[in-house]
Amino acid sequence: MAVSVDEAVSTGSARDHTPPARRLGGRGRSVLEVALLTVLAVVMLFPVLWMIETSIKENRDVYAIPAKFFDFTITLDHYKDVFVAPDGGRSALSVSFLNSVVVAGVSTVLATVLGVPAAWAYSRFAVKAKKDQLFFILSTRFMPPVVVVIPIFLMYRQVGLIDNKLGLILIYAAFNVPFTIWMMKGFVDEVPAEYEDAAMLDGYTRLQAFRRFTLPLLVPGIAATAVFALIFSWNEFVFATFLTSSDSVRTAPPAIAGLIGGTTTDWGLVAASSVVFALPVLVFAYLVRKHLIAGVTLGAVRR
Amino acid sequence: MGTVAAHGLRKSFGKVQALDGVTLDVPDGSFFVVLGPSGAGKTTTLRAIAGLEKLDAGSVRLDGRDATGDSPAARDLAMVFQSYALYPRHTVYENIASPLRARRSSASEIASAVERMSNLLHIERLLQRRPAQLSGGEMQRVALARALVRRPRAFLMDEPLTNLDLKLRVEMRTELTRIHRSLGATFVYVTNDQVEALSMADQVAILKEGKVQQVGTPTEVYERPANQWVAGFVGSPPISLLACRAEGDRLVGAGGWTLPRPRWTTAEDGRALLLGLRAEDLSVEQRGDASLSGELYGLEPLGDRTVVDVRVGTEILKVKARPTVTGTPGEQLHVSVDLGRAHLFDAGTGLSLSEAGR
Repeated sequence: MAVSVDEAVSTGSARDHTPPARRLGGRGRSVLEVALLTVLAVVMLFPVLWMIETSIKENRDVYAIPAKFFDFTITLDHYKDVFVAPDGGRSALSVSFLNSVVVAGVSTVLATVLGVPAAWAYSRFAVKAKKDQLFFILSTRFMPPVVVVIPIFLMYRQVGLIDNKLGLILIYAAFNVPFTIWMMKGFVDEVPAEYEDAAMLDGYTRLQAFRRFTLPLLVPGIAATAVFALIFSWNEFVFATFLTSSDSVRTAPPAIAGLIGGTTTDWGLVAASSVVFALPVLVFAYLVRKHLIAGVTLGAVRR
Repeated sequence: MGTVAAHGLRKSFGKVQALDGVTLDVPDGSFFVVLGPSGAGKTTTLRAIAGLEKLDAGSVRLDGRDATGDSPAARDLAMVFQSYALYPRHTVYENIASPLRARRSSASEIASAVERMSNLLHIERLLQRRPAQLSGGEMQRVALARALVRRPRAFLMDEPLTNLDLKLRVEMRTELTRIHRSLGATFVYVTNDQVEALSMADQVAILKEGKVQQVGTPTEVYERPANQWVAGFVGSPPISLLACRAEGDRLVGAGGWTLPRPRWTTAEDGRALLLGLRAEDLSVEQRGDASLSGELYGLEPLGDRTVVDVRVGTEILKVKARPTVTGTPGEQLHVSVDLGRAHLFDAGTGLSLSEAGR
């Protein structure tokens, strides 16, 4: 006993000695860390900052040389221009933002509604050649959109989905379903199948068991998956550029890109519409941040 | 109302044959224990009866009616899972009420049934908690309450006591037996703990590698094991098995020892046999006419008794002795054998040869 006490004391004092040394090393490292992170932050955030600044500068300040960082007049005219046309009606940009909301929202809902039950099925049931099927599903994501956009353009032309919101919704959903299946399968695997077994013995059908007992536990996972799907659909540029042409169908990314070029570029308008474009996803991600980081809460199974 | 009959159950998972023709007949109102080592197919058997596992072949009959294709809900069974599988988002009350809610009982019926169950299992003060706030023993009681709240055809229990500490396990064993008596319902109980099996069961089925080895009362399984494997699996300390062969009126051991040949054995001369001797049928203290000599190999004091390991030739005999017994390893001693209670097995097939003569 005495020996073990001595050992405990000596290790204790040894521990007492280490922290200052570590703290020193830690301080050195943290200075370097902070410095590097600051550089990184400046590099990453400067364009964002510049975009925000440009969006609230008057036009003459926007084009001023040398560039003005602080002493410029603040105006919200550019934001007004994003939503209101010069003749007082709705601007083409505001229509494209609405299109983006519809296309991204519906395609995400569609991908979730299709993908979550599929993920559940792949997780719970013995499916023939399950691994091959899952690999095939994933493989549809291997190809970059630019590679498939021409064949899809040709197919869409045959079925009349060119310059059609439904066309974009379907293609985005098709790209998000594999992602949803793969991500949700991980979440479903985490929920013990025994909850459903127990529910079925209680007298529920298999689908009721899934809906009442497994699905509520999947909500955080579904939220996280849906945010990623939403961001993909919201940001998507290539398909939107190739498959739409009219202002009434076009989503925000090609519409904003369309502002650049021509004889003059209204950079204030580009910056303001970019800010408006970036906000919804940031707000949404912020709202579900808890679900994005928190894993599935599991309680009652002893492992 | 409450017979469970499983016939010729077969199920494989990939290359593993989990069930290889399991047949069980559980009489109404019995406490039927399925005992076996891990991987024997016990849980798969139970899940097949519950309808949670799709069978490759075989049938499940409940109350004489074929239920092989029925959904778990339609089978009218209740099950306690080894992991308890309590719904984590629901309170204890809601967990216990779940089987009644699923079957659309009225709110007042549910309230009175849950109250009855919580009184029976002493969990009244836990009703508003969630599973994560319960200890292992409390979870176990809630899982039990959820199963018992209804009166199904039969109760299926998958190692319900395995995750409890020893003291609680012994307590719950008595409680489960009491509950079984008071309900008079059919229990199918899976365990790998032979003490549980022998102390609680009306009937025990012993499973190994997806095959039923023996079905019988605990006494039958212990006293008349059907084969060498059952003899070795049931009983603690395990039965000692000595290689030998019959020669005239004597049994001759591989190590050269001889014993009088028991009259009941039917084995012909020269056949390779295994003599099975349980620790309590051996003694190092009395001297009888049938005895083996060997040397003391080790002592295992267990409080109420001491297990003496005696080396006979190259084999070890486990002998039960009084706790006061002493000795030094290497010491020569005699072990007297109660041959009337010995078992003989065919060394090739492992089957018991004792049955015929008794």
